[in-house]
Amino acid sequence: MTALDASTATAVPRRKLQMPGSTATVYLALGLTLVVGSLLVAERGGTLLDQPGITKILTLCTALGLVAIGQTIAIVAGSLDLSVAHLIGLTSLVTAEVMAGQNGRIVLAVAAALGVAALVGAVNGLVVTKLKVNPFIATLGMALVLQGVLEHRYTGPAGETTRDFQRLGYDRVGPVPVSFLVMLGVAALAWWLLARTRTGHHIYAVGGDAEIARVSGVRVSRTVITAHVLCALAAGATGIFLASRLGAGAPYVGTDASYDLQSIAAVVLGGALLAGGRGGVIGTIGGVMLLACLDTTFDDLGVDPFLKDVVRGSVIIVAVALYARRKPGGRT
Amino acid sequence: MTVVTLSKRRSGEDPGTPVVRLTGIRKSFQGNEVVHGVDLELQPGEVHALVGENGAGKSTLMKCLAGIHAPDQGTIEIDGVVRRFRSPREAQEAGVAIVHQEFTLLPHRTVAENLFLGREPGRFGRVDKAGMERRAGEVLADLGVTSIRPSAVVSGLSVAQQQIVEIAKALVLDARVLAMDEPTAALADAEVALLYDLVRRLTGRGLAVLYVSHRLPEVFDLSSRITVMKDGAHVATEPTGELTTDNVVRLMVGRPLNALFPDLAAAEELGKERIAVAGGGNARIHDIDLTIRAGEVVGLAGLQGSGRSALARALCGVAPFTRGSYQVEGRPARIRSPRRAVRAGIAFVTEDRKGEGLALRQTVQDNVLLVRRSVSGRRTRSTVADLLREMTVVAASPASEVRLLSGGNQQKVVLAKWLAVGPTVLVVDEPTRGIDIGAKATIYQLIRDLARSGVAVLLISSELPELIGMSDRLLVMHRGRIAGELPPQSSEEDVMRLATGHGQPGENGQSEEAES
Repeated sequence: MTALDASTATAVPRRKLQMPGSTATVYLALGLTLVVGSLLVAERGGTLLDQPGITKILTLCTALGLVAIGQTIAIVAGSLDLSVAHLIGLTSLVTAEVMAGQNGRIVLAVAAALGVAALVGAVNGLVVTKLKVNPFIATLGMALVLQGVLEHRYTGPAGETTRDFQRLGYDRVGPVPVSFLVMLGVAALAWWLLARTRTGHHIYAVGGDAEIARVSGVRVSRTVITAHVLCALAAGATGIFLASRLGAGAPYVGTDASYDLQSIAAVVLGGALLAGGRGGVIGTIGGVMLLACLDTTFDDLGVDPFLKDVVRGSVIIVAVALYARRKPGGRT
Repeated sequence: MTVVTLSKRRSGEDPGTPVVRLTGIRKSFQGNEVVHGVDLELQPGEVHALVGENGAGKSTLMKCLAGIHAPDQGTIEIDGVVRRFRSPREAQEAGVAIVHQEFTLLPHRTVAENLFLGREPGRFGRVDKAGMERRAGEVLADLGVTSIRPSAVVSGLSVAQQQIVEIAKALVLDARVLAMDEPTAALADAEVALLYDLVRRLTGRGLAVLYVSHRLPEVFDLSSRITVMKDGAHVATEPTGELTTDNVVRLMVGRPLNALFPDLAAAEELGKERIAVAGGGNARIHDIDLTIRAGEVVGLAGLQGSGRSALARALCGVAPFTRGSYQVEGRPARIRSPRRAVRAGIAFVTEDRKGEGLALRQTVQDNVLLVRRSVSGRRTRSTVADLLREMTVVAASPASEVRLLSGGNQQKVVLAKWLAVGPTVLVVDEPTRGIDIGAKATIYQLIRDLARSGVAVLLISSELPELIGMSDRLLVMHRGRIAGELPPQSSEEDVMRLATGHGQPGENGQSEEAES
């Protein structure tokens, strides 16, 4: 094989791409945003990163982070979930209504919310794999179904979470909310799942090319369903967290913050390919923190909400354009 | 049953027990039977070639063996045990390893992750990453390959290295039989010789190899027996030594080989210079001087990566020249984009049929009209139906999706797409890759007919017999430059000498491809 080694070395010189990867890029952008944001806020006599500022950023990160972790798994598997925002509203209501203000029912409430989420995820996965409906349509349909449930059954906040349970949303260690640490724990778990387990390897493979995965002996349907269930569970966790923050369930808590598109934006900012097969939790968390920092900075500066949305959208487009340039060029 | 299998595995000398025995395999798709009761036996240590035109049923038969399709009738025996595979995984576990025609590697994943996809080592769902990379290294070392790091990302490997990873992937499980579908389709000649080594190494260990290929020289170099299929039926199985290329071609298509190539152009058939490049170059090619005259087929040879395709892409504005002068029809032309090229009358049949040549999910009609619609106003030669008839495209209708056609028919659609705008220059890159001999003959005739009608043709091919049989003049590229020009009917040795950059014969070991 020495001759082969020689011939390929000369015939096909390969450049090692030394530009920073997408994960490094998003964290660089995060650092830059923090520095520039701090300076701008300081110029107006404020402080971006004082205790309330940090707490605010990290609390924003917690809700979006949880749902984006799940979205990462779905997107890496080559799918996506547009029903998460409605599911967040629904699970916040399930949590608050089952708990009904009684400490003794906390465990039951959390289990019920996660159960509902898992069920929704499983249905999404089954529709995508067994009925072969495009994930965009399948989960959009699920979103509309859930919207129907929310509109029909609720006119506003309902249920009640207990004071003790609300500590999950408000307790802090210094400026860092406990819930943020919980979110990081979930992120670590998801990272481990994707990078170190067989299921994770199969999720990357199916997202990369479902047919190759099938021919290699991967159970494709099972993998996609698993990814959808995990994604829905993460949305469920977001719903539980928001119920704890609000003290009640609210039907539009997910859609008002448009967690469906926000979570996809965070995942893509983190360097995942929307087509699947590439991406990861670490990048996604970077994307989440970047979005949260941008929001907080703009709020502190009192910027027009319209301009805020424009900048946010532009950041996402510029980031993805940058990543597209970085893809190893040419076909082999 | 395991004990029986193991004991049989040791008895490689016993000719009575084939590794694989297929009996009476039948398979239909949508009521259309494509394999009609085929028998096939593979002995340990043999390379058994399976040849036949596209659509002859070779790939379908192979996929039945691999558990990708379930046969409607017939039995599959592995080491004398009847097996019924419900999934590719079950076939793999029974010792059937497959190297597919299309790569089955995930480009963004590492070599090790690809090798062990679907069977990652580890316990309780956790993947033992270090162990996986170590074992991947062992599998590769076992194949005699040390240059590929298990932690390397596949998209960074060369095509030849990817092919080796592909084979290694098939062999990660303890394989009894290795089936390869067109394993050299993407390889340059120098790399093919190394694939041979690998195959011989494997058969030396008692593995049976089923070698599916259109390239008859390879089949004769490698195989001990040849099975010919035609129209879904078994035609013949003979020891390779008792067959000649002409026999095999006749069995496959019913006509001799030398009838494949049309006559070359006579001197009076050559017209004015259609394109002329002087000192042309860009990042990949340098100092290109090239003219092509009306009526002429100029062959462009060279190893993979020598700049053949880069030159074609420069001529057609895909990756334009950045230096030198470029004249079309005697006037300076600035071909900065494919659109400019099309408007100047230059057609480009890409080597990447599925990626760049066709919109696979669109209909035949839409594909044929794609270029014409993009440059509306140009005169057209004829209607879609006429074009398709002229090309003998066998499609259910112009409204069927292109992806459902065979490779040969797809290639004809690509050609039809360009003929629809009546080009004056035609650049064709690997026009017959992966298509059967019958379709090849049609495409050769078509290219020659176009030349006769005054089109200037640049033909690029890795298959030297094809290039030599078709070209009125041969240019050979080496490292981005034109290394030399050869007269028609030059020998393969002459071409290889220029292509490898060696003046003296004997220094390159890769020009041994058997001439038929």
